[in-house]
Amino acid sequence: MIAREEARLPEFARVTESHPGPRLQAIWETEPGLKGWFSTVDHKEIGLRYIVTAFAFLLLGGVEALIMRVQLAGPERRLLTPEQYDQLFTMHGVSMIFLYAAPILTGFSNYLWPLLLGSRDMAFPRLNALSYWTYLAAGMFIYAGFVVGQGPNAGWFNYVPYAARQYNPGVNIDIYALGLILLGISTTVGSANFVVTFLRTRAPGMSINRVPILIWGTLTASVANLLAVPSVSLAFFLLWMDRQFATHFFDASQGQPLLWQHLFWMFGHPWVYAIVLPAMGMVSDGLPTFCRRPIVGYTAVALSSVATMALGFGVWVHHMFATGLPSLALSFFSGASLIITIPSAVAVFAWTATIWLGRPVITTAFLFFASMIVLFVIGGVSGFMTASTPVDWQLTDTYFVVAHIHYVLIGINVFPVVGAIYYWFPKMTGRLLDERLGRWNFWTMFVGFNLGFFPMHIVGLMGMPRRIYTYPHGMGWSGANLIISIGSFLFALGVLMLLVNVAVSLKRGRAAGRNPWDAPTLEWSTSSPPPPYNFEVIPEVASRHPLWEDQLDESPARSRLDEGLLLDHGRETIGTTPLDAVPDLILEMPPDTVAPFCLAVGMTVLFAAAIPHLWWLAAIGAVICGLSLTAWFWPRTIPPDAPAAEPAPGGKRQ
Amino acid sequence: MTEALLAPDVLPVGARGRNSVGWWGMLCLIATESSLFAYLLFSYYFIAVQRTQAWLPDRHPSMALAGPNTLVLLASSAAVWWGEEGVKHGRRGQHLGGLAVGILLGAAFLAVQIFEWKAKHYGLASGSYASLYFTITGFHMVHVAAGVAILTVVLIWSLMGYFSPRHHARVTIAAIYWHFVDAVWLCVFFTFYLSPYLMW
Repeated sequence: MIAREEARLPEFARVTESHPGPRLQAIWETEPGLKGWFSTVDHKEIGLRYIVTAFAFLLLGGVEALIMRVQLAGPERRLLTPEQYDQLFTMHGVSMIFLYAAPILTGFSNYLWPLLLGSRDMAFPRLNALSYWTYLAAGMFIYAGFVVGQGPNAGWFNYVPYAARQYNPGVNIDIYALGLILLGISTTVGSANFVVTFLRTRAPGMSINRVPILIWGTLTASVANLLAVPSVSLAFFLLWMDRQFATHFFDASQGQPLLWQHLFWMFGHPWVYAIVLPAMGMVSDGLPTFCRRPIVGYTAVALSSVATMALGFGVWVHHMFATGLPSLALSFFSGASLIITIPSAVAVFAWTATIWLGRPVITTAFLFFASMIVLFVIGGVSGFMTASTPVDWQLTDTYFVVAHIHYVLIGINVFPVVGAIYYWFPKMTGRLLDERLGRWNFWTMFVGFNLGFFPMHIVGLMGMPRRIYTYPHGMGWSGANLIISIGSFLFALGVLMLLVNVAVSLKRGRAAGRNPWDAPTLEWSTSSPPPPYNFEVIPEVASRHPLWEDQLDESPARSRLDEGLLLDHGRETIGTTPLDAVPDLILEMPPDTVAPFCLAVGMTVLFAAAIPHLWWLAAIGAVICGLSLTAWFWPRTIPPDAPAAEPAPGGKRQ
Repeated sequence: MTEALLAPDVLPVGARGRNSVGWWGMLCLIATESSLFAYLLFSYYFIAVQRTQAWLPDRHPSMALAGPNTLVLLASSAAVWWGEEGVKHGRRGQHLGGLAVGILLGAAFLAVQIFEWKAKHYGLASGSYASLYFTITGFHMVHVAAGVAILTVVLIWSLMGYFSPRHHARVTIAAIYWHFVDAVWLCVFFTFYLSPYLMW
């Protein structure tokens, strides 16, 4: 217990070989071994764990899809029973939507945000650790049921009455319900962390019109998550109450089955944007690097992210056009859904113009980013079609919708993410991925994807319903379904090539250096991989492109990267004002701690005990949570102006 | 190379009231919790507008307990505010007293709520009104209990001398959470005790 400093004039330093790197290394380094592994709060370590874990769920969800495609490759195949098929398509959706698509972006943002913002960590490093551990626990929780044959089986949007106890008596849905609430806690604390990190820890001079677009994307998604996630958590909680305590929220006799759909989609539609906007941000930052020019229309692109999300809160009923709602509601939500294409199109035109006006350097990352524009347009057009109520009435619950969702989610999430892996892998590991294998990787995925998913539009228009476990001969779908299955295996082969490339390049990849792509943003100004403290001195930012200022020469001002705030009295970073990023506080950053891990364990015990109603065990979980939180927030220092005469034992006062 | 962008200036170190990241983090928590209660109350109104008056177990819910209890909760907010003013101005008695009174009034609110629950002639599973009533007030009670626990820990830290007129971010952050819990109650109170008079 030491008394804290009251205020000080922060020292400036010029970076040399021996100063201040080694000193900061000692302050920021996580201790090696098991304890360090469980207690680290380094955003880069947590970001990498997020990426690896999310990718593991992507592979699981992918294998589930391939098994289904074997079943559907021809008519009347009986590899899977209907119940097995139900669990597979549900787990496929849950894995991809909840356990892969959002967490992979959180992983990239966790890793990149402080590096992009010129800071030494996120605003709440421990909350970051909590967010990861809770995510991991929720993923294992949901998969625990599936492994023993009791996985969720009512589709990822889990409509009542089929998900009610009367029709679905096992624990399948209970595990899904509580697991998703646990995941919601992880998403919420992570989102709060991004919002505050954006507001308070940008490098001096990085006013809000100078942040990379990825920051805008993740920020917008995070604000939306704060407002939207409670809806789905509540829906699942009420469903669990209906199932376990005979309440009447969703039953037809007393409650309202449609309430489920409202609560689910009031969350669900903003969520769709939450899992694409950060990926669109990656493209907006990565693509210009390879086009050798700044993105066209920075302000329009940044604002269109925000506008897309704002409109995204007003379109949820387009998932419910076929439920018999009044036509006034249908007209309103149809109109809102059509209008939302306008801000989306702004980004598309900005990217196209950036390629058009630039001098593109064709790399694997560029191919993934650029192809995303094509896939986004196809997914956008099919979305625009189903936004029209009469068209939707024809197409709802057919494979057309399956095609749409995959063009949107693979097109705007997976392709940018793989591009981002090619782009930022050198920063994360210090080694470049192999470009030759990269080309094979890209073309296999691109061809496989379109072969696998484009024909789904056609079988959907021909009337093939989604979620069927098999289909009879003579429907006219058999040939197309065989092509779809072949395409999906080709796509999977492409993903396998990525894994091979990562495994090989980790050992034998070409050394990357600080800035292998000659990219403009701050993360490329530090070493690859970055040291635990990110930057020797806090950069001072004078433009949107701190590393391109000499080429662009937009103004005489230059960012300063090799001389700046030192901040070495313990783990520290600079706090700046929310809009203009003027320094107003020296932030003391927390040490490594196991409290987040313990809190995640406590919550998991609480939720797991609730399934068999073991209330004593749930109480133990709650106590672990309370103790972890108390330890977490225990003040670290006694202020020098404290009126209390007695400092704590061992304490001294300045 | 250009001149320094940054004029060197003396900066405060560490959490400082509303300047602290913790304050902003708490505002995020309040935003998401407000949404939670908005969705809870949406569920109530969504089901309510499709029902007739017969949906209510009592013709109009009695305010005999909830009315005075609302005043108890508002008084506890005032006490916590007064305690926070105490730590800001270095008045230790007011600081500790305000927090302690706030905690006691919060606990009293909980006790009255539990008594009101027990006095109801219907249970959680009696119908959708009853399910909504017990679930929504239950959610609120959990928040009150959490608030009481947080204020208690802050009071212990206060007794241990961790706070000063300049450094009391945890008191400020706990206090805003408490005010939020009280504000939410006003919405819950309006929904269950006043809105039936307007709707039917």
